[in-house]
Amino acid sequence: MAKELLKGNEALAEAALRGGCTFYSGYPITPQTEVMEYLSDRMPEIGRTFIQAESEIAAISQVMGAAWTGEKALTSSSGPGVSLKQEGISYIAHNNFPCVILNVCRWGNGLGSLDSAQTDYNRETRGGGQGDYRCIVMAPASIQEGVDMMYDAYDVAEEYHNPVVILTEAMLGQMIEGVNLPEFKPVKKLGLIRPYGRAGKDYMEKYAVHYNRMVDELERWESIQTEDADYVLVAFGMPSRVCTDVVSILRGKGEKVGLIRPINLWPFPFKAFEGIRPKAFITVETNETGQLVDDVAIAAKKSGAGDVPVYCLATHHECADEEAVLDYFEKVKSGSVKERY
Amino acid sequence: MTTRKKPEVWKKDSSFCPGCGHGIVIRLIAELIEEMGVKSRELHAVGCACNLNGCWNDPQLQCPHGRAAAVAVGAKACEPDDLVFTYQGDGDAYVIGLSETMNAGYRGNITSIIINNNNFGMTGGQMSWTTLPGQTTTTSKKGRDALKEGEPFKGPELLSQFENVKFAARGAVYNPAEVNKTKALIKKAFELQMSGEGYGVVEVLCGCPTNWKMSPVDSNKWIEDAVTRYYGLGIIKDETAKILKEAI
Repeated sequence: MAKELLKGNEALAEAALRGGCTFYSGYPITPQTEVMEYLSDRMPEIGRTFIQAESEIAAISQVMGAAWTGEKALTSSSGPGVSLKQEGISYIAHNNFPCVILNVCRWGNGLGSLDSAQTDYNRETRGGGQGDYRCIVMAPASIQEGVDMMYDAYDVAEEYHNPVVILTEAMLGQMIEGVNLPEFKPVKKLGLIRPYGRAGKDYMEKYAVHYNRMVDELERWESIQTEDADYVLVAFGMPSRVCTDVVSILRGKGEKVGLIRPINLWPFPFKAFEGIRPKAFITVETNETGQLVDDVAIAAKKSGAGDVPVYCLATHHECADEEAVLDYFEKVKSGSVKERY
Repeated sequence: MTTRKKPEVWKKDSSFCPGCGHGIVIRLIAELIEEMGVKSRELHAVGCACNLNGCWNDPQLQCPHGRAAAVAVGAKACEPDDLVFTYQGDGDAYVIGLSETMNAGYRGNITSIIINNNNFGMTGGQMSWTTLPGQTTTTSKKGRDALKEGEPFKGPELLSQFENVKFAARGAVYNPAEVNKTKALIKKAFELQMSGEGYGVVEVLCGCPTNWKMSPVDSNKWIEDAVTRYYGLGIIKDETAKILKEAI
């Protein structure tokens, strides 16, 4: 099938339908709005349910109601909108309802801004709402990868009976790339999940088993030339594309540099760090204070490289460019910046 | 003497306080579901309605506080043939969940059964938007000051302004006659939903002897004498006659 030129938000919306999504409820927020605009007429066209909710809180509540009946439900939002959904996500996770939440991440705390960013890493990977649960978090680095993730997201959510968050960025949502759209999957409605009220305390004992299964089975990452690397960059999403180029540039200059690109952010790909022992790890993140860096430090410790310094290049509300990463790399090498861990 | 069989949809005794009105209303709902022969989906959120957890033989779901009506709208969209209703208290439906309740009325095809006992029962009797002027609660110890804290909130009257709301009523359960009338109101709201023509709400005045610090008998008398002066009983809006006739 020939590739089509598609905008990220619309490509992921179509991929959700092809992957089996039968129910959507959402509320407009930039830079995510095209997802719901696209679905508003596309879903009725193919006999599926679209609701423009009165708020993000109502949207996730409606998703909860739909997931309860066994439908494959989707909501999408960005930054502050996803904050409002956390109440519902916690209930959904507690009830083991599968569903998919798309966060087209914009920068900032509070209202933030419309800049592309990765400031929601901590919230998405730590559960986000009250209690002790995690969402499976997937972070594409291209529109095609986002399409493939979204296409399979309901299979993953239903296999593990857990909400899946797809964390993209404003840039990935708004840009246009060539995409191969997969064929429609046959839709099979799940049976009624949790028929009587709510999960009790016994649920939390079972949750430990559930949690361990996700941790054991869902690590996903890409390693680029890490085996012999003296310096290993770690980045996901848009910064990882820049870092891929930086690895080529530095390898061309004889520097032994590699890249670990987490594809699933939770569970974090600790296995990617096994057997490598560079002089430093360097995370490249589009945020203010560094968030991914904490998980990389834990991964280094877990893999026996706990004494390897971990640096963080946090580029605020602009995705790093090659120059910024190359400049930071020289500073790490020369010792003119301080490690985070 | 005839004994009435306990409806099978009510599978386990609930744990409401002695003298509480919830049990009567739930019994009425259960009887109606059985009499109408429908499959129900019960959605409750947070508050004393939590005591319903595990008591229902049809599908039920505990929702986030105030959000039951939104969850119900989602469920009804997916299972349009089921009787999808919310069972909420006044704090849940009118205070924290005002937006979700109003928006469900605005365009949903569900039924809301709302228990109004003039306070927050589950958390120990705090002031609600439905607390009467001068009524003491744990957060209005000198009696509710309506000038500062608002007049009693009238949910069904407000909801009745929406075109989509075809039935809005208020019942009570302080004596057998009112119990029977309330059952008829709830029946109409359920039949409306099954006809697919709109939203119905029935608020039911109930006693809360534990938090009112009254005996059940005094609670019933206080509802009849004082609460009904603010909260008039009966039908507030009824456009079902035409709808239900056409449906038949």
